[in-house]
Amino acid sequence: MASLYRVRVNTVLEIKDLRVEFPSRELGGRMKRAVDGLNLTVQSGEVLGFLGPNGAGKTTTMNVLLGFVNASAGSASIFGVDVRQPIARQRIGYLPELTYYYKFLSAEELLRFYAKIFRIPAAEREQRIDSVLKLVELEAARKRLIKTYSKGMQQRVGLAQALINDPDLLILDEPTSGLDPVGRMKVRQIIQHLKKQGKTVFFSSHELGEVETVCDRVAILHEGRLLVEGKVDDLVRQYQCHLEQIFLKIIGFKEEA
Amino acid sequence: MNNVFALAGVVIKELYRRKDFYVLFVMTALLTLLLGAMRFFDNADIVRFLKEICLLLIWISTLVIAITTAARQIPAERESRTIFPLLAKPVSRWELIAGKFAGCWLACVIALVVFYFFFGVITATHEHAWPGVIFLQAFWMHAVFLAVVVALVLLGSVAFTAQSSNATISFIVVLGILFAGGHLDKTAAGLRGTNGDIVRALHFAIPHLELYDIRDFVVHDLAKIDWQYIGEATLYGALYTGLLLGLTWLVFRRKTLTL
Repeated sequence: MASLYRVRVNTVLEIKDLRVEFPSRELGGRMKRAVDGLNLTVQSGEVLGFLGPNGAGKTTTMNVLLGFVNASAGSASIFGVDVRQPIARQRIGYLPELTYYYKFLSAEELLRFYAKIFRIPAAEREQRIDSVLKLVELEAARKRLIKTYSKGMQQRVGLAQALINDPDLLILDEPTSGLDPVGRMKVRQIIQHLKKQGKTVFFSSHELGEVETVCDRVAILHEGRLLVEGKVDDLVRQYQCHLEQIFLKIIGFKEEA
Repeated sequence: MNNVFALAGVVIKELYRRKDFYVLFVMTALLTLLLGAMRFFDNADIVRFLKEICLLLIWISTLVIAITTAARQIPAERESRTIFPLLAKPVSRWELIAGKFAGCWLACVIALVVFYFFFGVITATHEHAWPGVIFLQAFWMHAVFLAVVVALVLLGSVAFTAQSSNATISFIVVLGILFAGGHLDKTAAGLRGTNGDIVRALHFAIPHLELYDIRDFVVHDLAKIDWQYIGEATLYGALYTGLLLGLTWLVFRRKTLTL
């Protein structure tokens, strides 16, 4: 049944007319619209770069997809399941921008805890933990408490926990933010490795060079609205410039003379 | 239930890696043992007095452990943002609350087992006999009391932003119920009009935690309590715990969590 489900569902992520509003922080202020009528689909095996300047609504959209924030209107589904259902998150891996893990646990303990949440059978659990720790090169430090890790190591623990359930969809929120060039390269290599395995990746980043290398398609969001969506190659051909320049043009950035 | 147990396991693991929990735990165990080691010519009044002090110490310590542990669970998850990767997994908010409750309560029960064991040992050495059934009944009633307290504090932790304010309010509420809960009906009978109605409503609304305090039975070696009373008190505690956890879920289930 599970394999049939995997074959039939081609649209991994679907967002329809999504609107998210928050109460304004100003006294007597109106509701602030963080996301405004967003429509987006991500197909199986695709790597989609979700771009936009700060405050564009990228993280809010991700928060809706992960069930942290409720949509004011519209809907979102993952593998055909409404994102409000916890089961929608069974086949996804999420890496937040900063490392938010239980620092009193070791990497191994953290992964074991998350593996239990995903109901990975005990016999398979240790094998999965070994393989993800090997992938992120943390085997030697697996028994150390996370609080003793460097920032780069903590980000790699993040990547390991996002991969523990062998997800079909990865949601990465600025995965290389704050990493040194080596760390960035490693993360990029892992994303490319996952892409080769046919995984779907939905990822937000400000590193447009990186997006250009890794992504098949990009969606550019500005002030809560989707301005452009398309294949990276098509956009480069259409605008006759690099993704960074395309991005700046689309969001209406003008260089001062 | 799988997720609930996994979450409870993490709560307990965090507790035994936290030094403040150890300090309170070891201090209470040591004081209980020290009091037990004292000998005052086996005078029955002094032995009773020592038992009273020990039990009071156990009540205070477990109350502190229950409130401080439960008060920090959800706020700490939100402050350290560990709640985000957790809720990005197939974990419902109800499972999160149930797991936190189970972890905190189990930790309290573990502490209780150790404290009552020490207390049992000192009672046995002073009285040359193992404590009777009333001792086990006191332990069970104490455990049910702590379940209600943990559920109450968890509700506070989703209602108040700061864990310190939640802990303070919870202490005041629990101590208020313990000291005044049993007198509310008499107070209401002496009041007229709206004031009387308010006090009466309060009498019916609050969980009567004072019902679980059967320390006097243990101190004065009274006969065991009727099991029916223990059963009813357990059911009453379970109902309040369920109600408070349900309210916690209602407040928390649609709460916006932003990074």
